[in-house]
Amino acid sequence: MGETLRLLARDKVALAAALFLLLVLACAVFGPVVLGEAADKMNLRQRNAPPFSLADGWLYVLGADALGRSILARIVVAARDTVTIATLAVALSLVAGGTIGLVAGYARGWTETVIMRFADILMSFPSLLLAVVVLYVFNPGVATVVAVLAITRLPIYIRTIRAEVLEIRERLFVQAARVLGAGPVRLIGRHIAPVTVPTLITIATLDFAFVMLAESALSFLGIGIQPPDVTWGLMVAQGRNYLATAWWLAFFPGLAIMLTTLSLNLLSSWMRLAADPTQRWRLDRAPDTGAR
Amino acid sequence: MGAYLGRRTLQSLIALAGLVVLVFFLARLTGDPTNLYLPLDASLEARAEFRAKHGYDDPFLVQFGGFLVDLTRLDFGESIRKARPALDVVLEAIPTTLRLAAITMSLAIAGSILIGSLAAVRPRGIFDRTASILSLAAASAPDFWVAITGILLFAVALGWLPTSGTGTALHWVLPIAVLLIRPFGLLVQVVRGAMITALSSAYVKTARAKGVRERSVVFVHALRNAMLPVITVAGDQAAGIVNGAVIVETIFGFPGVGKLMIDAIEQRDFAVIQAAVLVTALLIFVMNILIDLAYAMIDPRVRHG
Repeated sequence: MGETLRLLARDKVALAAALFLLLVLACAVFGPVVLGEAADKMNLRQRNAPPFSLADGWLYVLGADALGRSILARIVVAARDTVTIATLAVALSLVAGGTIGLVAGYARGWTETVIMRFADILMSFPSLLLAVVVLYVFNPGVATVVAVLAITRLPIYIRTIRAEVLEIRERLFVQAARVLGAGPVRLIGRHIAPVTVPTLITIATLDFAFVMLAESALSFLGIGIQPPDVTWGLMVAQGRNYLATAWWLAFFPGLAIMLTTLSLNLLSSWMRLAADPTQRWRLDRAPDTGAR
Repeated sequence: MGAYLGRRTLQSLIALAGLVVLVFFLARLTGDPTNLYLPLDASLEARAEFRAKHGYDDPFLVQFGGFLVDLTRLDFGESIRKARPALDVVLEAIPTTLRLAAITMSLAIAGSILIGSLAAVRPRGIFDRTASILSLAAASAPDFWVAITGILLFAVALGWLPTSGTGTALHWVLPIAVLLIRPFGLLVQVVRGAMITALSSAYVKTARAKGVRERSVVFVHALRNAMLPVITVAGDQAAGIVNGAVIVETIFGFPGVGKLMIDAIEQRDFAVIQAAVLVTALLIFVMNILIDLAYAMIDPRVRHG
């Protein structure tokens, strides 16, 4: 842990990404408590107030929306649903997809065939249609959006984990455990599943950014989160109507999405380097600027 | 090779059959179109007549049976919104989407090969670090936000480009630029990673030792072996665009498949939804098989048995 932190401190970009993510996380946890009231307070004199002016207090530094609510406060409060949805969706597809992939790789035969064809169908199914259907059939909200996002990401986990299990199950220690009399549940749970964890984590960190973008896109199209709930994607959608007169309504929430996904991607690519013993030395070396 | 193609086609057909069932029933779960198409004060008789005319009063299974029978004749039914065969409506939208996908992916592949290879020549050098951060930023950009920011800047503020529509070549600039950003960012990452591996392998050292020029070491010897993962990811991205560049098509008012699909869903135009989903799925299956064949062409070690 100390070693990892030391390596992280050496890489300024990765460090900045980690700090930014901590800030987003803090907003998600404490934001609604601290700024919840400010985010809902309407002030019609402040309608579409321009940003970068401290005349009305620091809350209005990013301007105000069409109802005169502070954009800064709304971004901080919206962090909660944005982060919650992405986290739950990734966790759900990781656990479900990982389990199904383990079963498919271990069982082989027709079980595997059925599961893999099912994954094919999910892959070729437009996630948008799924989102609309789920939205019309169930009540739109955090839970339905999480379900839609998790289902559309399932095939990635199923395919990767199955491919990995196919290789792991032939390894000597798995064979040995089987000879010693371990049943399927013990073999999968104790011997095979732990080996797939690094792969799962790698996919999940990459997927987190993807799921955040997908949620924003759904909310932007009006088939994701519905008001009065609020996410960054929804804020961009609402701001779009005022694009020509008040660009800051859509710009700042979009910037929040961009910076968060960028930080996630930066940190996960750094983590992959740090976790790989054959690449790790690159982090300990001063940046190469000279000629070969 | 023949056996491989047969097996792939069979698998694709099974998946397509599953898709047919799923699309049919999921589309109908969104509700009855009658109330959307008749005026609020339409009489009950008029509503019943509308339902009977389009077959919505039959049980779902009967409707499904009829749909399957028509499907064997390649008849996808009528679009109730446009009162024309649904397949024609979809086939009209396909070229726009395919052209968007083709232009975007060619630019993304060409650009990312150049930038990614140059970055891989000196890992963690100044060019590599700049290219890595910029390409990660590109891969992280929310496309709808880039699209409206682009409109704001280039169409509203500067007035260089039109805001939406398809009239001239200028109309294509913004949509393609927006579509390009994410695949380009991702592909730079993939090319860079694959090229770093390829450039540190023994055959590259041999080529250098023989005195082969650096340019052809990078762009001929190493690149050829680095192409496989690039093609995989590029195929995924292209499939994403073909499956509906919904955001870009709706924001820029492009008459492609993505816009068609979301309009059809909103209007409960079941026949168009079904035709659009199946036609794009078919296109993607064909593309995936072509990609598998490309593997074998680029790397003779890959054999589809």
